[in-house]
Amino acid sequence: METDRAKLDNTIAKYGNDRSLLLSMFQDIQREYRYLPKEAIKYVCEKLNIPVVKGYEMATFYKSLSLVPRGKHTIHVCMGTACHLKGAPGVLEAFERDLKVKRGGTTEDMLFTLESVNCLGACALAPLVRVDEKDFGKVNQTSVKNIIDEYKRGE
Amino acid sequence: MSVSIQRLEEIKKDFLSKQKVFQKTIRVCCGTGCISSGALKVLEKLRTALKTEGLDEKVKVIETGCHGFCERGPIFVFGENDIFYQMVGKRNIDADVSALIETVKSDKIAQNLLYPDPNDKTKKFVATREIPFYSGQQKIVLHLNGYIDPESIEDYIARGGYVALHKALQMKPEEVIDWIDRSGLRGRGGGGFRTGRKWRSCREAHGSPKYIVANGDEGDPGAFMDRSIMEGNPHAILEGMIIGGYAIGSNDGYIYVRDEYPLAVKRLTKAIEDARRLGLLGDNIFGTGFRFDIRIFRGGGAFVCGESTALMQSLEGKIGEPKAKYIHTVERGLWDKPTNLNNVETWACVPLIINNGWEWFANIGTKNSTGTKVFSLVGKVNNTGLIEVPMGLTLREIIFNLGGGIQKGRKFKAVQTGGPSGGCIPAEYLDTPVDFDTLTELGSMMGSGGMIVMDERNCMVDVARYFLNFLVEESCGKCVPCREGVKRMYEIVDRICNGEGREGDIEHLEELGKAVKLGSLCGLGQSAPNPVLSTIRYFREEYEEHIKHKKCRAGVCKPLITIKINEKCNGCMVCARNCPVSCISGEKQKPHVIDQSKCIKCQICYDVCRFDAVTIE
Amino acid sequence: MVKFKIDNKVVEAKEGEYLLDVARRYGFSIPTLCHHEALGSDGRCRVCVVEVKTRWRKRIVTSCLFPVSKDIEEVYTASEDVKLVRRTVLELLLARCPESDVIRYMAAKYGITEPRYKKDTDKGKCILCNMCVRTCENIVGVSAIGIIGKGPEKKISPPFREASDACIGCGACVAVCPTGHIFMEDKDGIRLIWRKRFELAVCPKCGRYHAPVEQLEFISKKTNVPMEELLVCTNCR
Repeated sequence: METDRAKLDNTIAKYGNDRSLLLSMFQDIQREYRYLPKEAIKYVCEKLNIPVVKGYEMATFYKSLSLVPRGKHTIHVCMGTACHLKGAPGVLEAFERDLKVKRGGTTEDMLFTLESVNCLGACALAPLVRVDEKDFGKVNQTSVKNIIDEYKRGE
Repeated sequence: MSVSIQRLEEIKKDFLSKQKVFQKTIRVCCGTGCISSGALKVLEKLRTALKTEGLDEKVKVIETGCHGFCERGPIFVFGENDIFYQMVGKRNIDADVSALIETVKSDKIAQNLLYPDPNDKTKKFVATREIPFYSGQQKIVLHLNGYIDPESIEDYIARGGYVALHKALQMKPEEVIDWIDRSGLRGRGGGGFRTGRKWRSCREAHGSPKYIVANGDEGDPGAFMDRSIMEGNPHAILEGMIIGGYAIGSNDGYIYVRDEYPLAVKRLTKAIEDARRLGLLGDNIFGTGFRFDIRIFRGGGAFVCGESTALMQSLEGKIGEPKAKYIHTVERGLWDKPTNLNNVETWACVPLIINNGWEWFANIGTKNSTGTKVFSLVGKVNNTGLIEVPMGLTLREIIFNLGGGIQKGRKFKAVQTGGPSGGCIPAEYLDTPVDFDTLTELGSMMGSGGMIVMDERNCMVDVARYFLNFLVEESCGKCVPCREGVKRMYEIVDRICNGEGREGDIEHLEELGKAVKLGSLCGLGQSAPNPVLSTIRYFREEYEEHIKHKKCRAGVCKPLITIKINEKCNGCMVCARNCPVSCISGEKQKPHVIDQSKCIKCQICYDVCRFDAVTIE
Repeated sequence: MVKFKIDNKVVEAKEGEYLLDVARRYGFSIPTLCHHEALGSDGRCRVCVVEVKTRWRKRIVTSCLFPVSKDIEEVYTASEDVKLVRRTVLELLLARCPESDVIRYMAAKYGITEPRYKKDTDKGKCILCNMCVRTCENIVGVSAIGIIGKGPEKKISPPFREASDACIGCGACVAVCPTGHIFMEDKDGIRLIWRKRFELAVCPKCGRYHAPVEQLEFISKKTNVPMEELLVCTNCR
């Protein structure tokens, strides 16, 4: 945990010990660990002299933060209006069927976390799926398997 | 040393002289949409091919922001003769790159890359300006989107960037506000409040420091105007904010960007660094002694933070719970100081008004809604993408002329505007001119500019349920009417969709909806019932059908439909192979049957059947 | 000072004063569920709504947060819209907290005896007024509990839903809770609250258990009053 603390200190310093940038600090930590560890929340709050509960409030309010470890790849199925009208609910169900997890869940092998998101702003390509940083446009239920396979093959 | 207007001229000259060595330019759309469609891969191959052909020093390839026609990406446009290539690399990437090289060498036009008329496939358009999707637009906010490299401040300056800032700094702050006020500019983020009036209140408010905020937390589902501006022309936003800072008397600006928009964050960060480098941000801008700087703040994935008071709470490092607005944020906003918040599209309008004069802006659009508006035209329309049109164009002109009508020749049913705060407008109002006031009168609103087209295969009760579900997920939970009331509205509508609707449900929704509108704390809650109330207002008979006859005419609500295979089935087996629950059986070459007890109504069979043999009843 | 009417009665108030305070001063009855003199207003519960008519418009506002201004002409504390909002809020809260006598009593005043919705079974009597959190933060000054999560699943809890280091077991949250939701139990010299066990101090004079040792230590540290003095209960001091 020593090195981790050094990293956390760096993150705090990067944002100039500014309490109002707690969300940014948490986002950086989340990127590092793929979730926001409890110890990290406690440590950062104590360093910044904020009650721990304020950090916990933040971690549970903002959707981009997660208190449980996430899979190596995060699949975001866009549920924006355009995507909804063009079959996104079916696409989400197909992912749930194929990955055997519900939305918000992580596969047992920790490879995928399945999330829905309320619009990624690429509505012309609806239904849209984002895996990590990559977008897949005009996805349908039958192409879901190909997307999953693409990432499974990469292992 | 502070920046000067002469220095801008030099940068412009220098940039333009460097362009002279190029004989041709290709503008490649690198917006999020085209990148998703594979633009970067094609771009890489094109660069390699140009090098191999020895053309790389003769042809300038510009990676631009969004061209708007995302549906047709990747998009490559030739600068000189305006040849518009679409879906480049979609079918055969190598062949398409060769075709691009051919066009570079001999102006030979690749027919297969041209845009075909959606209603007459034999007709093809060569130039961008001929395509109805573009020719019907009036681009002023987006005028540089698709032309400049958003990561090059020099490119922006070469096209007249930051001249408006210089001009504004020669004016009195009150005069700048006066121009903005007289232009009639209204907030592009939703409410449509007069921008000039807001600025004046903030300038006159007691307290210092004062803050400038750009709201880039574009959360309305089905909307991506702000993202395209932030990605495609970030300097226009910065320039607008600096002018605003000067007019209002503020030295600190914030841009709050949605967490889901990493590319926008990247480009804005670069833009701010470049502007600082040239002295366009920082101390003593243009030698006037005026100081201004801008910081970027990444949101945390909470829709409610698009609401101004919640956004400011979030900026202060708290959770995004809105506050009552009885004292306006222009008087007491961020850290209880006077704060002027505008949407990014509003900020991008500011340099245009200063450059061209308020009369010019006021002459565009309608009397009470001046200028243009950027819309994301999406859903069941042929040409989906981003458009900018003068206020006052009718819905019909937008959807049928620019949008090319409804996909697959189906019938138009409704258009949804204003996101979760807006409503659904039916066919009888297609000839309504679009502006802030008319949309509100129709029970919807302008919102940030999402325009989602629906056809007869969309169920309006399901659409209402969709928005309620969205709002339940995104409600911050602070006040009772929104937190508990919207949840209960969802439960009722969900029941109706499941065929368990009861007599009196519609009236109950109307009553509850009214109470939530009146009683909620923030704008999000106060407008949350709109999608339900507007669909009840215009599509009451669909609700009644669901409740009384347990029927969903659009074939969307699963418990109310049955999927069957008719006699057209030739036993090709495609549906059976794709069925996730293996409930389709039958012999090869003979009509198949669906086992209704196992069917999950996923409709994959319907999607994959090429013989119209699967029906939804 | 400005003059305006509340339900046809002329009242006088200072500019900036909250409407709720003015109305109560003049004897008007306006219900509240998240307002407390010591804590101020938060605008969460929405039962204190009234209708305000200004020169320009008529609208529903929360009286606990609405400042008096010259523009106010008339205030209505029981108009149809006011009653609709209050009735709706109380029906929604009754569906959330069917066991709460306080809510049931208030709802009955607006004609609601049974909610039309499926009753929640997991919310206890908590209406999320946030008064406990504000007390803990602003009065006690420890911030041991917070308002966790978002939307309908929001919940009051210590961090990580486990015993909190910050909690001193003072029970101020219990005292301020309008519905009696927060569980606290003193038994055999032990206080149980928010999943944490506190040892109770024994008064050397009367031999009675009176306050958690941790709380007394907290006070001692803050006020520099020695522990020996604080160990004596308030009755015997």
